[in-house]
Amino acid sequence: MEGSLLTLAWVAIVGFAVFMYVLMDGFDLGIGILYPFAPSEEARDVMMNSVAPVWDFNETWLILGGAGLFAAFPIAYAIVLPAMYLPLLLMLIALIFRGVAFEFRFKARSSRHLWNKAFFLGSLLATFAQGVVLGSFIQGIEVEGRNFAGTMLDWLTPFSLFCGVALIAGYALLGSTWLIWRTIGILQDWCFRVARRLLIVVLVLVAAVSLWTPFLDASIAARWFSVPNILLLSPVPLMVGFLAFGLWRALDEGREALPFAFAMGLFALSYLGLAISLWPVLIPPGITIWQAAAPPETQVFLLIGMAFLIPTILIYTAYSYWVFRGKVTGAIGYH
Amino acid sequence: MDLDPLLLSRIQFAFVISFHILFPSFTVGLACWIAVLEARWLITGKALYRSLSEFWTRIFAISFGMGVVSGIVMTYQFGTNWSRWSDIVGNVLGPLIQYEVVTAFFLEAAFLGILLFGRDRVPRGIHFLAAVLVATGTVLSSFWILSANSWMHTPAGAELRDGRFFVTDWWAVVFNPSFPYRLAHMLTAMFLTTGFVVAGISAFYLLRNRFLEHARVGLSMSLALITILAPLQIFLGDLHGLNTLEHQPAKIAAMEGHWEGGARAPLILFAIPDNEAETNHAEIAIPALSSLILTHEWDGVVPGLKNFPVADRPNPEILFWTFRIMVAIGMIMLAVALIHLVQRVRGKLYSPHWFHKVLVGCMPLGFVAILAGWFTTEIGRQPWVVYGIIRTADAVTPALTGGAVLTSLIVFMVVYTIIYGAGTYYLFRLLTIGPARLNDEDLEIPAVVQGHQPKRPLSVPGESIEPAE
Repeated sequence: MEGSLLTLAWVAIVGFAVFMYVLMDGFDLGIGILYPFAPSEEARDVMMNSVAPVWDFNETWLILGGAGLFAAFPIAYAIVLPAMYLPLLLMLIALIFRGVAFEFRFKARSSRHLWNKAFFLGSLLATFAQGVVLGSFIQGIEVEGRNFAGTMLDWLTPFSLFCGVALIAGYALLGSTWLIWRTIGILQDWCFRVARRLLIVVLVLVAAVSLWTPFLDASIAARWFSVPNILLLSPVPLMVGFLAFGLWRALDEGREALPFAFAMGLFALSYLGLAISLWPVLIPPGITIWQAAAPPETQVFLLIGMAFLIPTILIYTAYSYWVFRGKVTGAIGYH
Repeated sequence: MDLDPLLLSRIQFAFVISFHILFPSFTVGLACWIAVLEARWLITGKALYRSLSEFWTRIFAISFGMGVVSGIVMTYQFGTNWSRWSDIVGNVLGPLIQYEVVTAFFLEAAFLGILLFGRDRVPRGIHFLAAVLVATGTVLSSFWILSANSWMHTPAGAELRDGRFFVTDWWAVVFNPSFPYRLAHMLTAMFLTTGFVVAGISAFYLLRNRFLEHARVGLSMSLALITILAPLQIFLGDLHGLNTLEHQPAKIAAMEGHWEGGARAPLILFAIPDNEAETNHAEIAIPALSSLILTHEWDGVVPGLKNFPVADRPNPEILFWTFRIMVAIGMIMLAVALIHLVQRVRGKLYSPHWFHKVLVGCMPLGFVAILAGWFTTEIGRQPWVVYGIIRTADAVTPALTGGAVLTSLIVFMVVYTIIYGAGTYYLFRLLTIGPARLNDEDLEIPAVVQGHQPKRPLSVPGESIEPAE
């Protein structure tokens, strides 16, 4: 039992890291996706500057998710990563181009348009690849013993590609609501319009993914649609409806901070829905969190450190965001 | 097609990690250098230090950015290409890497934002603290990653059960037998690398008669550091070598080019090792000196490659040379330290042009030495991934196809050429532009909070570093 509680703690930590990543890099990747459609080059400067001090930090959650998985569930790391070899390659390359674009764009003059493209395409493809990885993870991984036993192209299915597209819309929604909060003027007006359209697209896509998922696996269908569960779990879709309505109203009323909060809420619910579908499976379809867990001595050694370090990280994250609070305006100093 | 995923994965790993190591090699020392400059700015209030710090912070930002993105690739390689390794050692090494992320990466990333963009938004003391925390993060990162790497050379504190490692003693895992030597040797190498870059740039400005005040401070401080560290590094290298002799004798045999080993072994200065014939060609050697260096006795017995089965030998054709390149650079560094002492005593530190030209020429030395040193230690570990226990061939991902690895290898090569080509170009442009001139008024006036604008030190108006068309 002791071991089980430890494993639950680790599911919570890794789950938290991945969720933080999705929220935080989600909005800055979203800004990259919206980037080429911005009303002006000045607006692009503002967009980039609104995340320049924090994007690097946001991306560190991705490393924490990866390292946490490796440390607490090494077998999952050893099976899932080879299965996603090619989409992960795409994601890494895209993140490389996007990451250096932050530094290089401001140093370039004649080649600036190239780094603009690198920022956009990097954000777009990294997001798409993450959606594809998520989709192909949900549909299941072929395992033999302790190894991935499929082919290098198993991930390539209509469902996974669809998830890639859905995530692009989702991150763009996060990005647009972040910009509503952090900017003013023409750019903010533009984001109000864009966010509304994106909300409709996201709702349609999320509904499609939610209906498609149970068809992939009978046990997921049984979990959601069997008799007591359908009542117990019905708050999840109802909450989605409530939040979507709230977001729409907030956009109508010209509220500035609220849309971002509602958009994050929508992500949290989708994440919760996914967790309900899969629990307690860590590697679909067959390997549970209990089977994949590292031994207790490893989990305890790590947990002691995490108990102090994760709160510390959250405190200085909050401080860092607070230092850079307020509206990002104009383009003084950025030409 | 007959592509070997093991060989290709090894090439890919070597390629990716060799690129990656260049950036931490430079940024660990640079972060500490920036923290020192910030401290002097805080204490003295002299604009010179602030302008120097801002100059090197720009260089740091680009190098750190390239280090981060190439580092993310490393973490994922472990799983994608070396999944058996991940499964076998995950219980042991996973936590060390996790600790690196939560103690180092977050610290660096969060306070780098404040260091780069926060000067006008936080009090001076906090800005200095941010510089210190970024530097602390880079050193902590080195601590954990070298602990993990050292464990693969000298595994301790864990036992193999059903083909996987389980930890019995965490203290023994983290502080495994080769770790203290490796950490000390590597940190010193990183500081030397940064020292030689700072010295080279400062000498370059002196030669060009530009930014003389900045250049004198940079030259004096970096050469003082080199003079302390260069002899220390040779001493640490010797200790590390003795530790390797104790734990990885086959590696020492390959580095020394010894086939027979035994007592009164000669120090081989030049040779062309030949694996097929199991001998050296064109050998030039000093009798008994290798025994003296390695065992501190003329009659000491040292290992030879023939003491080990052919399948367990690292490749002397490479190691013999990478090791000698590293040692030769160590000697050049020592010579620079000695010349510096002479020049300083004669009071001619800032005038002799030939010495400054030498320093400009020495700028890449640290990087070359670090690469050569890593090749020596990592190729010397072969054919093992965990020394003496798990072979590299058993660590690769079973489902991996040669085609997939070849694709990723080519993609990495092309992308790295573009990215690091551009990055190097921007770095050289920044170095040519140099630090902000000291007569800039805004340097003398205390920082004013300008709205809620993150002031980007990298790009003040009209400061694009590319020539306008």
